[in-house]
Amino acid sequence: MIEEFFLRALIAGVGVAAVAGPLGCFVVWRRMAYFGATLAHGALLGIALGLLIDVDPVFGIAASSVLIALIVTGLQRQGAIGGDTLLGILAHAGLALGLVALAFMSVRIDLMAYLFGDVLAVTWSDILWIYLGGTAVLATLALIWNTLLAITLNEELARAEGIDTARIQLVFMLILAVVIAIAMKIVGVLLIVSLLIIPAAAARPFARTPEQMAALAAAAGALSAAAGLFASLQWDTPAGPSIVAAATAIFALSFTFSGTLGKRAA
Amino acid sequence: MALDKRSAGTGLLVEAKGLTVRFGASSALDGVDLTVSSGEIVSLIGPNGAGKTTLVRAVAGLVEASAGTLWRQPDLRIGYVPQRLSIDRVMPLTVRRLLSLAGRSSGAEIVSALAEVDAAALLKHAIHDLSGGEFQRVMLARALLRKPHLLLLDEPLQGVDLGGQLALYDLIGRLRRRHAMGVLLVSHDLHIVMAATDRVVCLNHHVCCSGAPESVRHHPEYTALFGAEAARRLAVYTHAHDHAHDLAGNPVAAADTNHADNEPEHLS
Repeated sequence: MIEEFFLRALIAGVGVAAVAGPLGCFVVWRRMAYFGATLAHGALLGIALGLLIDVDPVFGIAASSVLIALIVTGLQRQGAIGGDTLLGILAHAGLALGLVALAFMSVRIDLMAYLFGDVLAVTWSDILWIYLGGTAVLATLALIWNTLLAITLNEELARAEGIDTARIQLVFMLILAVVIAIAMKIVGVLLIVSLLIIPAAAARPFARTPEQMAALAAAAGALSAAAGLFASLQWDTPAGPSIVAAATAIFALSFTFSGTLGKRAA
Repeated sequence: MALDKRSAGTGLLVEAKGLTVRFGASSALDGVDLTVSSGEIVSLIGPNGAGKTTLVRAVAGLVEASAGTLWRQPDLRIGYVPQRLSIDRVMPLTVRRLLSLAGRSSGAEIVSALAEVDAAALLKHAIHDLSGGEFQRVMLARALLRKPHLLLLDEPLQGVDLGGQLALYDLIGRLRRRHAMGVLLVSHDLHIVMAATDRVVCLNHHVCCSGAPESVRHHPEYTALFGAEAARRLAVYTHAHDHAHDLAGNPVAAADTNHADNEPEHLS
């Protein structure tokens, strides 16, 4: 007999992973893994500031994500500092400042829950937020899908053909921030990017089109969430890291059996 | 493929007058005059870093003019094939899906565009399995789907073996005739251009010289070197510069040699 808290965790985890999969494909295609990590780490600062002025953490996360995206775009254009250095500075500064800000809080908060998630504590109201937010994210992604694909293939070509690349990229960044906000509860800020990129990478060898890869990534993510949660229940391991470990196992199986690593054409 | 009823013939598509593009302190383009009309093939040649790609990007509307003017026919549709476009292996993509991203094309239009570039068999192939020549054909089909008035081809022969290069030039010539398109193409070789070229523009930040390519029939050595088949499609362009360049690329009065750019020897 499955207990209710576990059922809630299962519904939440599978929902978040299924949304993160398709979005994660773009993170992988556009080589934005470190950008995603920066948004996630910076989100801790957003949460802390959100708690300070007493608003829902989701808004704090959205605000910190937008701020980081603006800083990255602005400073990268100047080109005075390498992109990886810039992302590293912002990620760790966000994390450190977030931890410092949380120390000033009078109320005691469960830091581990923010860093590594606390999926076993999700409420029905959390689940409602996850599914509403997830539906909005997937609907938006479907709307901009072809345009975003064209930009991802070649930005110059897309611009020459009249696509407003800056606007589409901003929309993509915003839905990425929403996914980070809803995934926070499940795996925490330190592990969120793994839900985005590992299922997508696992899906790659079996996909012939971008759409197939997105669907497979959603499935692999959902499977990881379920397998990780059952493993966590069985062996009493932390839930968030168990989900990521399951995703990694699926990735390893995928690449072993597809043999893509070996038969890569020149 | 249903062709739109464009005013076929002689219309001017693009006209640059004194076009100057600066990146910081240096000029990529300096007072360039250029025209491309419907049905005309203009080949751009010049040393590396001469601003050929910048000129193509300016025509495509991707860089702003710092000075001078660039006029484009109103509602000009451009089919652009950028240089060294590569698609990351991490993105799974078939030829069909790539072409369906080019705009609102029906399946029948995609099949017909591929047939036009003699690549109908590639429809279901993965992009990553294509040869250089096949990929360029697919990119040409993609450009055709936009029903362009002007084709912008930045080094379309890159990564294509010699036999494939001749076939590709042949194809570009046929497409130009069938669709009465203007074609502006960057040639990868300083001296050899497509035989069907109407005008060659030699660029080194400014226009060094321009004119019709000499007929290959006047170059028996060339025919001997590459064979009669090549002679039908390639032509040798003899530069007629009235100036030379110093090391900084600034024009100086012509030296006694016929050509003072840092280039390999003439074939002719």
